[in-house]
Amino acid sequence: MEDTFTIAGVALQSRLFIGTGKYASDSLIPRVCEASGSEVITVALRRVGMGQEGVMDHIPQGMRLLPNTSGARTAEEAVRLARLAKAAGCGNWVKIEVISDTRHLLPDGYETCKATELLAKEGFVVLPYINPDLYVARSLVDAGASVVMPLAAPIGSNRGMRTKEMIGILIEEIDVPIIVDAGLGAPSQACEAMEMGAAACLVNTGIASSGDPVAMACAFKIAVEAGRKARIAGLGGCGSMGEAHASSPLTGFLDQTVAR
Amino acid sequence: METISEYLARWPAAQRSDFVRHVTRENVYAVLNKETLDVRDFLTLLSPMAQPELEAIAKKANDITLRFFGRAVNLFTPLYISDVCTNQCRYCGFNAKNTQKRTHLSVKEACEEAMFLHNGGHRHILLLTGDARTLSSPDYIADVVRAIKPYFASIGIEVYALQRDEYAMLVEAGVDSMTMFQETYDPSLYAWLHPVGPKHDYLFRLNAPTRAAESGIRSIGVGALLGLAPFEQDTFATGLHAFWLQHNFPGVDIGISIPRICPHEGSFEVKYPVDDRHFVQYVLALRCFLPRCSITCSTRESAFMRDHLIPLGVTRVSAGVSTAVGGRAKGGEQHAGQFEITDHRSLAEMVAAIERIGYQAVIKDWEDPTASSASTACA
Repeated sequence: MEDTFTIAGVALQSRLFIGTGKYASDSLIPRVCEASGSEVITVALRRVGMGQEGVMDHIPQGMRLLPNTSGARTAEEAVRLARLAKAAGCGNWVKIEVISDTRHLLPDGYETCKATELLAKEGFVVLPYINPDLYVARSLVDAGASVVMPLAAPIGSNRGMRTKEMIGILIEEIDVPIIVDAGLGAPSQACEAMEMGAAACLVNTGIASSGDPVAMACAFKIAVEAGRKARIAGLGGCGSMGEAHASSPLTGFLDQTVAR
Repeated sequence: METISEYLARWPAAQRSDFVRHVTRENVYAVLNKETLDVRDFLTLLSPMAQPELEAIAKKANDITLRFFGRAVNLFTPLYISDVCTNQCRYCGFNAKNTQKRTHLSVKEACEEAMFLHNGGHRHILLLTGDARTLSSPDYIADVVRAIKPYFASIGIEVYALQRDEYAMLVEAGVDSMTMFQETYDPSLYAWLHPVGPKHDYLFRLNAPTRAAESGIRSIGVGALLGLAPFEQDTFATGLHAFWLQHNFPGVDIGISIPRICPHEGSFEVKYPVDDRHFVQYVLALRCFLPRCSITCSTRESAFMRDHLIPLGVTRVSAGVSTAVGGRAKGGEQHAGQFEITDHRSLAEMVAAIERIGYQAVIKDWEDPTASSASTACA
């Protein structure tokens, strides 16, 4: 059975999004792309040199670009970066990152909502990066976000699904795809997110900081696929519940209602 | 926003039956191991394969209930203010064709009845009328609400389906909750059961909770009358309706009532009687699927059944109930009620029974912090 998911009418086969930062050399990027099987790659607009050789030259043809507004500290800056990306031919998808706390690098939900609303109205396909907060997520959907991208743990921390409970609530309540972004350092963590029902994962540091990024990209690919398959299959039980208890303290009264 | 009709249409009868037919015991165990249940899991717990596992499901339901509600049971009492009705619902004691004497309380009489209940200790009240818009108009209901508001912490309504602005007007008057029984979610069966009167309009009734939610009401209860349709059909649809409301109106408390029609009720032949085991299965499945929904059990059920359902998920019960209109305040004669009561316990008896099983009876659970004493209050 084909298992695709769709963002703004674009059907995607791969549920692993990757990034372009933190590699020892940008020349690794094509091999990482191939090994990961990804179709979407995010690139920081501040790294894109207009008319110069740079990261863009290493992104294989056919990959869908997801420019991000990394470096923006306000909604206004994020909006300007998005418009620049579009003007530079990067398409109309944009990942909104608005971070004004340089110590923890946590996203600013309020500014992200403002930027999302403005850009969605201009026809951008907006993928906002946020703390997994239900109210912010709902506001983003109302503002026109195509997906919601909650962080699993602080960006670059490789600490896994620290916000698991909150992401679970978003998966349960939010009607657009939930793409887990930031903090996934091991393939098992990405697998866990997919088992929970995330639509996709975005992994950059977990791959780029590995001793062998190409092999790790492949490992994440397999993990995301495994998690997705497990989600569809449904997790199994742990043996017969009936054997664990001989008496029926909670429903024993039903025998009495029959006898009465 | 996907409408409730569209949402329910995602599960046509054939698909539901096919799913249920293929449920295995292993599927039931798998659901019991899950933290959050989806719609398929709910249907799995309603399937025949879940019947042998009731005790295991009860343990899960009991655990969920304790986690989300603690050992607390909310109490309320109904006040019927009019049994004049233009509908001819085939199963209902208020059927317009029934020749019983009808009573429509004036606002003053309704106040006297309400004061009687207030003096008896009740603080959460549910106002009920038959479906007769001319006589029991929204303005009439609002007048009663305004008059009794100072004496009750919470006022709910269980009346005919209203328009959105009418719900808003009643919220403004002091109503904080509404209950709307769809009776059955099968449109053709619904049409047969409600042949005459405004209630014949299936969609207008189905969309009433949505209109109430849009009006800013604080809590909404839905339910089907168990026994009218095949077990899995209406139980499943009721859960879906509550789930849909909860999802689309996260600021509104959603509750479910579980009325079960008795086989011996009047001359109406109950085609799909729900036995006790299936009734309990329904409560358990609801609790596991919708952990935060209140579940209300009326005095249609026996004291024995109601007491045993509390640990399994029921969080709200009525007490000191009469389904007839008027007569309590002056101790006069009461006419036939809407349905037969099986549990006749007073508020004090109900409180004592709840405490006996180790739970706390909560008589006042909410009061509108913006409400002020109305000048039209009854003295």
